[in-house]
Amino acid sequence: MMLTRILSGDFPRSRILALSLLIVLAGLALAPFLFPGARALNVAATICIFILLVASYDLLLGYTGIVSFAHTMFYGIGAYGVGLSLYKVGPTWGAVFMGLTIAVIVSLALALVIGLFSLRVKAIFYAMITLAVASAFAVLASQLSDFTGGEDGRTFSVPEVLRPGFRLIEAEVFGTAINGKLITYYLVFFTALALFLLLLRVVNSPFGRVLQAIRENDFRAEALGYRTVVYRTLANCLSAVTATLAGALMALWLRYAGPQTTLSFTIMMDILLIVVIGGMGTLYGAAIGSALFILAQNYLQALMRQASDGLTAVPVLANLLHPDRWLLWLGVLFVLSVYYFPTGIVGKLRNLKRS
Amino acid sequence: MGLTIRFGGHVAVNNVSAEFSPGTLTAIVGPNGAGKTTYFNLISGQLPASSGSVKLYGEEVTHLGAAQRTRRGIGRAFQLTNLFPNLTVLENVRLAVQNRAGLGLNILSLWSDHVEVIEKAEHFLHRVALGDRRDEIASALPHGDKRKLEVAILLALEPDIFMFDEPTAGMSADEVPVVLELIHQMKEQGDKTILLVEHKMDVVRSLADRIIVLHNGYLVADGDPAEVMGSPIVQEAYLGMGVADNV
Repeated sequence: MMLTRILSGDFPRSRILALSLLIVLAGLALAPFLFPGARALNVAATICIFILLVASYDLLLGYTGIVSFAHTMFYGIGAYGVGLSLYKVGPTWGAVFMGLTIAVIVSLALALVIGLFSLRVKAIFYAMITLAVASAFAVLASQLSDFTGGEDGRTFSVPEVLRPGFRLIEAEVFGTAINGKLITYYLVFFTALALFLLLLRVVNSPFGRVLQAIRENDFRAEALGYRTVVYRTLANCLSAVTATLAGALMALWLRYAGPQTTLSFTIMMDILLIVVIGGMGTLYGAAIGSALFILAQNYLQALMRQASDGLTAVPVLANLLHPDRWLLWLGVLFVLSVYYFPTGIVGKLRNLKRS
Repeated sequence: MGLTIRFGGHVAVNNVSAEFSPGTLTAIVGPNGAGKTTYFNLISGQLPASSGSVKLYGEEVTHLGAAQRTRRGIGRAFQLTNLFPNLTVLENVRLAVQNRAGLGLNILSLWSDHVEVIEKAEHFLHRVALGDRRDEIASALPHGDKRKLEVAILLALEPDIFMFDEPTAGMSADEVPVVLELIHQMKEQGDKTILLVEHKMDVVRSLADRIIVLHNGYLVADGDPAEVMGSPIVQEAYLGMGVADNV
């Protein structure tokens, strides 16, 4: 009963999926203790943030049927908002909240304007408009180098509690120091978890149901009395604010905000890939997809290096598995997954159960 | 000034003026391409009128979109079945009830907690004899059931003005009475305005209080069923034997 409330009645509906989700949840919750090392913790934090970022994108693409390329722009606004505020004002919580507030307001205003002006037009034009606005924003961020740090971005200090040098208690717990990095990790983890559950509630609310109706047949939704432009704009705003919060978390985690980590088109592509691989129109897809994708991105190369070294005797294979070819294999994985699981991992798992 | 809509040089509905009062069922007839569905689209707001106005209880609604007109009580069922294909039968109706209950913008409650909305949707499904198909996906229904679902959605909107666009088209003979009986009951209530586009003349004869005839976008006859059906112009226009362009 309690679980129904927390998951908003939206259960995984597949044993394998439920198990995978539990593994992801447990892995992330205990990451600092299970996988010691800066790299592993960085991967875990990135997964947490991407789950939130991709889930907020799925609200648009999977639930409402809106194709937008401006999602990294909102993500970037969050990162730059907090980053630049900390950079200019200094490492205080006040600066964090000021930056966050400004970022949320800017994101909301942009989402509202883009939404009202362009959600009336056909899907393809909307996608083009968001692409144009996002590109303009990325160029602006790198050109205003006195303010944003340009291509180099800005490195800044965070409030003392979040700094690696800070110790909450002197003793170590299970061999892990309780330091600022760990606190930052749990700030990221719990914020992402709470916002993910909030999104899960939104898509299972009466409002979320209307979004799905709009995706299915917007003409009919309008004839039922739902003003689709209002609903689309609201979905756009919600998605934008969540992406902004994800960006703010990323800035706090990296203690850096720059174009490559937030605004780049590569990240937009990654988000799209994860949504499709995980399964559109299901937030659990964002969780599974992000975990797999980020892990592959970080460890596929290492895995390939081992395989390549082990196969030095076989000339062609060793070359094919050379770590430099990792993008090729990621591409192959993507093509295969789209071909064999058009409904994504989650869709496939749920269908397994039905048949 | 009557309602007019032009598509380029083509005038699909040409200066049609009519008033519909509560408690009457008006049948709109005419050959294919006469402008009946387009006329419906102008009234329910799917198309903007090129000129003329639509008034509801004396109030101008011409500038309003389809969603706002629905909220003011103009309910519409479509000729070409127009459902949410991948949602369940129940969800198709529940969405209509939900809007009626004003819950669309409720963002933090659980949809399934609004039991009254679900029960009401089930009630409307029972009325069109679809109660036992509630969990099926709408696109998987046979044609006749899709038509019935279309009617259930219209009922669920609980409008003051019911607009049926060939509700029985393509239905098998044993399914037609379910829908006709519903329309009949609605008419018996006496306070609803019902507009019906229908090709089957026996249906029109049994239900209509008044008949409007459209031909090439013009209103060519309007009045008491017996009178209209008997007039030579209608015989000609409706049977498509002559061309009456400037009437």
